[in-house]
Amino acid sequence: MTSASSASTSADGGGHYGRYGGRFSPEAIVAALDEVAVEWEKAKNDPGFQAELRELLSSYTGRPSPLTEAKNFGRSCGGARVFLKREDLNHTGSHKINNVLGQALLAKRMGKTRVIAETGAGQHGVATATACALLGLDCVVYMGEEDTRRQALNVARMRMLGGEVVPVTIGSRTLKDAVNEAFRDWVANVEHTHYLFGTAAGPHPFPTLVRDLHHVIGEEARAQVLELTGRLPDAVAACVGGGSNAIGIFGAFIADPEVRLYGFEAGGDGVGTGRHAASITGGSPGVFQGARTYVMQDEHGQTVPSHSISAGLDYPAVGPEHAALADSGRATYAPVTDAEAMEAFRLLCRTEGIIPAIESAHALAGARTIGEELGPEAVILVNLSGRGDKDVDTAAAYFGLVDGQGEQS
Amino acid sequence: MTTVLQTKLAEAKAEGRAALIGYMPAGFPDLGSSTKVIQAMVEGGCDAIEVGLPYSDPMMDGPTIQKAADRALEAGTTPSDVLRIVAATAETGAAALVMSYWNPIERYGAQRFCADLAAAGGTGVITPDLLPEEAQEWRVATDAAGLDRIFLVAPSSTDERLRSTTEACRGFVYAASLMGVTGTRTQVSDAAEKLVSRTRAVTAESRLPICVGLGISTGAQAAEVASYADGVIAGAGFCQRILDAPDLETGLSAVRSFAEELALGVRSGRAG
Repeated sequence: MTSASSASTSADGGGHYGRYGGRFSPEAIVAALDEVAVEWEKAKNDPGFQAELRELLSSYTGRPSPLTEAKNFGRSCGGARVFLKREDLNHTGSHKINNVLGQALLAKRMGKTRVIAETGAGQHGVATATACALLGLDCVVYMGEEDTRRQALNVARMRMLGGEVVPVTIGSRTLKDAVNEAFRDWVANVEHTHYLFGTAAGPHPFPTLVRDLHHVIGEEARAQVLELTGRLPDAVAACVGGGSNAIGIFGAFIADPEVRLYGFEAGGDGVGTGRHAASITGGSPGVFQGARTYVMQDEHGQTVPSHSISAGLDYPAVGPEHAALADSGRATYAPVTDAEAMEAFRLLCRTEGIIPAIESAHALAGARTIGEELGPEAVILVNLSGRGDKDVDTAAAYFGLVDGQGEQS
Repeated sequence: MTTVLQTKLAEAKAEGRAALIGYMPAGFPDLGSSTKVIQAMVEGGCDAIEVGLPYSDPMMDGPTIQKAADRALEAGTTPSDVLRIVAATAETGAAALVMSYWNPIERYGAQRFCADLAAAGGTGVITPDLLPEEAQEWRVATDAAGLDRIFLVAPSSTDERLRSTTEACRGFVYAASLMGVTGTRTQVSDAAEKLVSRTRAVTAESRLPICVGLGISTGAQAAEVASYADGVIAGAGFCQRILDAPDLETGLSAVRSFAEELALGVRSGRAG
């Protein structure tokens, strides 16, 4: 058996994963990107930095996150044994904090005093505002105006934590436009500002840096599954927007060919309708926001607006390592519609007493399909990447739970 | 082979002045008026025009050019329209360049894009999000079509990168005057002159022309930059005049006078 700590697919020095990744950015931020890459290499091998990060992950975040067997939910997954990696129990409510604490420490190490971030669902923004409050860094979060409405609670949380939330009113007013604005800010303020990128996408070194900081998810889960079942899982399932939680849990299993890896993309109304956010299933290779990867684009290379009920998956591209894993066939990517995700959302609430993030509900819906295929002997590991408190408004409206409307059946 | 752009830059140099390069997105304010706007810029004194290929995610652009590009996209501007507008630009006698983010070119096919651009009379391409280290295919394609290939340098570029980037350029190198995105500014950053002098130091042999852009929005600023650079690039100021104008005629005349103001600036920069 190969080591759990072995790196997943490796990038070359320029951050290329096969034909994907690389760096397509303004020259003005190249020096800053190089600084981040060099400092991260140093920090990775610095026992002092690693000890500080480990201490925060354990005493502040609450790691290791538990592994919960979802016996009731498993019955609707073809009777398979389903294990949930409980990233929802992390401080701030999702996996995002793993990356944020690492990069915030890195920002301090580089002498930066200001941190900027983009956010879709608000989870990355909340995690960033949290880390900045803890470490004494100024914090500005860019968020599409559309998302500030969908995720008003998280906007309030960020402000409570001292973060400045800037609504982005250009383009489609969602995550991709927040990323553009954050890059524009960074170009102008790069001297004292770190762009705390929230997913395993963007220009090199972000895909590798963010992957490394989430590797802990898969590392822990691998040991926990072995301990509980005496063997490796047959399948690992995660939702994929930019793909940070997925690459975090996949990383520890890539070298185990017997473990199937599944990434579930946001299928929205169905990939055939065009209203979706499934970049690998419904997009094509191109260059977007710093990297070559799968992107939703029209025949002229213009970005096509994405759609998902989940703000966190509502992004028209995906991290380059996922693009490479899809092409090589090592991981399988499939769409889950809004309706399928919401059904799995309700099912987990009702059968396990756990309200998942709608993002994570895509992975749960995917696990049902995998379970049906693999049968009751199968062991399925699902990354429950976040909790659904932030989604209660959306879910209540979806299921008609407000103002005594009664529940749709 | 000498391109139209190289000739224009050499002529300006022979006249003891900097060249004036104006940027305008193709299809702005609409497909019909686009060439009229460019015509007015040339009449006002632009030696070269960067025809912008409007893109949905212009990471290097501030609000003014974003707005102009959005309008052009709403008008349905496609790469074929851009090539048509390039052809019309070349007919004015100015050097016609394209400024484009990388994805639309990759989607069109780099080789095909260069061939079609050269056939339309285009003379070079500026790619603000393509770094030389990712440009192997692009170098081959631009070489094959005999097009100038312009990359950017910035105040944050290391000396090593100034050297490798200018070596990859042909025509000129685009020196970003400041750390920031496109848009008008009240004054030219001190960083611009320093960057130009650092870039001169690594191009002493090639004598690659250095043109400065970002934030230049008055004749006085153009004059200041012209005192040390080979070319002055202005974009947002032109777009803003069209955005502000109540009708096309007013916009065209404002664009023409702005070009005249800048043209006067690039001619007075080295006086005395």
